Amino acid sequence: MEILVCVKRVPDAAENEIEVNRDGSDIERDDLVYSVNEWDNYAVEEAIRIRDKVGGSVTVVTVGDEDAEEVLRREMAMGADNGILLSDAAFAGADGRGIAAILKAAVEKGKYDLVFTGALADDGAGQVGGMLAALVDWPYASVVNSIEILDDSKIKVGREIEGGNHEINEIDLPCVLSIQTGINEPRYVGIRGIRKVASVEIPVYGAADLGLSAEAVGARVSRSDYFVPVLGAGAEILEGSMEEKIDKLIELLKAKGGLK
Amino acid sequence: MAGQVFAYIVHKNGVADDTAMELLAAAAKIDAGVPVTAVVTGAGAELDGVCNTLTASYPEVWKIDNPALAYPNAEIIRKALVNILPAGAIVLLSYDTFGMDLGPGLSIKLDSAYVADAVDFEGVDGSRLKVVRQEYSGMVSTHVLCDLSKGAVLTCRPGSFQPVDNTAAAGKVVDKSPDAGDLTVKRRYIQVVEAEKGDVDITKSDVLVSVGRGIEDQENIELAEDLAQSMGAVVSCSRPIVDAKWLEKARQVGTSGQTVKPKVYLALGISGSFQHLGGIKGAPFIVAVNKNPKAPIFQVADVGIVEDILEFIPELAEKIKGSK
Ligand SMILES: Cc1cc2nc3c(=O)[nH]c(=O)nc-3n(C[C@H](O)[C@H](O)[C@H](O)COP(=O)(O)OP(=O)(O)OC[C@H]3O[C@@H](n4cnc5c(N)ncnc54)[C@H](O)[C@@H]3O)c2cc1C
Ligand SMILES: Nc1ncnc2c1ncn2[C@@H]1O[C@H](COP(=O)(O)O)[C@@H](O)[C@H]1O
Repeated sequence: MEILVCVKRVPDAAENEIEVNRDGSDIERDDLVYSVNEWDNYAVEEAIRIRDKVGGSVTVVTVGDEDAEEVLRREMAMGADNGILLSDAAFAGADGRGIAAILKAAVEKGKYDLVFTGALADDGAGQVGGMLAALVDWPYASVVNSIEILDDSKIKVGREIEGGNHEINEIDLPCVLSIQTGINEPRYVGIRGIRKVASVEIPVYGAADLGLSAEAVGARVSRSDYFVPVLGAGAEILEGSMEEKIDKLIELLKAKGGLK
Repeated sequence: MAGQVFAYIVHKNGVADDTAMELLAAAAKIDAGVPVTAVVTGAGAELDGVCNTLTASYPEVWKIDNPALAYPNAEIIRKALVNILPAGAIVLLSYDTFGMDLGPGLSIKLDSAYVADAVDFEGVDGSRLKVVRQEYSGMVSTHVLCDLSKGAVLTCRPGSFQPVDNTAAAGKVVDKSPDAGDLTVKRRYIQVVEAEKGDVDITKSDVLVSVGRGIEDQENIELAEDLAQSMGAVVSCSRPIVDAKWLEKARQVGTSGQTVKPKVYLALGISGSFQHLGGIKGAPFIVAVNKNPKAPIFQVADVGIVEDILEFIPELAEKIKGSK
């Protein structure tokens, strides 16, 4: 199987407090720690496991600036064979459709049986995989939590649906799948692993290399500002020392039937 | 405003999903007076039942009846919709695992814009719709401008639009089945596998001690179990705890886990994503403990405590044990 996995470099929400910047044009980017989108690690792990079982190769690709290269190296340290960086000033401001159009050009440069994306990224859209599939006209399944390779032409996938249930589908290859967390346990990547791939050449393709016009990546959807919503009452925040908070909470829990 | 507005209605066992009325409300936020057409796919008597119910609220209900649509396979439905929808259509879907499956590809095939997970619409200016969304699991909100000139597919977050109570539409059902075209696709539905039952049923508990990623380590799960025991409560959790295999799937609260209706819900180190909150019903008394004062969970909790749960949980458990 030749597998392409799309990965995105995102601010690490576990390491940062995400806040709106002074003029609301962006989130506060100073001192942000970035990492690979959580879902994409599961996608890469799944691709590696499939390759190790049935042979083939895993390529990771990202659309981003030069800083995005670090996430490719991280996923190569996990075990991906190749990395591709898609980078061009013309790509800045692309919406989901634009990202999908750029990735489509990369898909068509190779000969892949499977393309994986994450089910979701930092902007909470969950859109790029489904758009990419429709653009290349391959079948698609989203929120995938199990994959079984049946033969060279088809696979069986589980999709997560509501209530913890799964929906089993058979899909013809080539296809695009968006991968859900929990499908596997992504392996740990140490500093040594990253060092090993530090000097591997990663090709960079721009709009011209990919044969992309400005029109193909032009955005129909754009963010106008970030803001902190004005909400209703919100929680009553208990103040005081730890002890005082605990006493108050126990009182409340007793009143609400929370202590038996 | 540009195109005709459609709402794709999800249904199960002959009953339309709650989101049917929410999508109607969402459409009114795009354009108050706009007539909205419901689109429903399925097969046989069940489909007819859903369509008839919807005529109470929707002036027009388009149905596509085909045995191939008996189970909602998004790949097949997409093909059918592309064949029946007019150019420039504005299509509303619910942002759930089905909407995620259908929406993005549908927008490409309709050559229209796509916005995922809208929590509000603030009207149309020229050809641009102003959409409110959230990013980073609700840590920040954004306004997004969506160009409607070639139509749009918009998925709406379940629970975000106050359902309208219109039962006077006296609508009609229009059979679009003949126009649906060839419905062969390369993804075939086989079956649904039900969730495994765990050793506890968290849906039966009045008091839940729920832990999230803030618990940091598998070993710390014990702290929550100890607290729960002292309270006579049961331990539940958010999804990352199940993904890490620290607790079994049956303990997960949320849209892809269990729907719980406790009287008291303690959210410990849980940020408050809508997928998690979607599994909490019946307006329980929610207590959130989180070290980040800006965590979105504080917007929905009744009582909030800003503390490190790794210190807070054992102290609370000690105090409760001591007071007995
Ligand atoms: C299709 C789909 C379905 C999903 N279904 C579900 C579902 O059913 N249930 C579900 O829960 N999620 C679900 N999710 C995932 C959801 O989007 C979130 O990723 C998840 O709910 C986050 O879990 P969390 O709050 O535990 O973790 P995080 O969002 O990482 O939050 C951890 C919180 O802990 C706080 N914290 C960290 N350390 C400490 C400490 N020491 N003391 C106090 N506070 C601390 C942090 O400030 C943060 O607020 C789904 C996602 C998708 C795409
Ligand atoms: N800039 C990007 N480069 C490569 N892949 C991306 C990019 N943005 C999104 N994706 C892929 O699309 C998935 C879903 O992202 P999104 O649609 O933005 O929620 C991610 O998990 C990635 O696999």
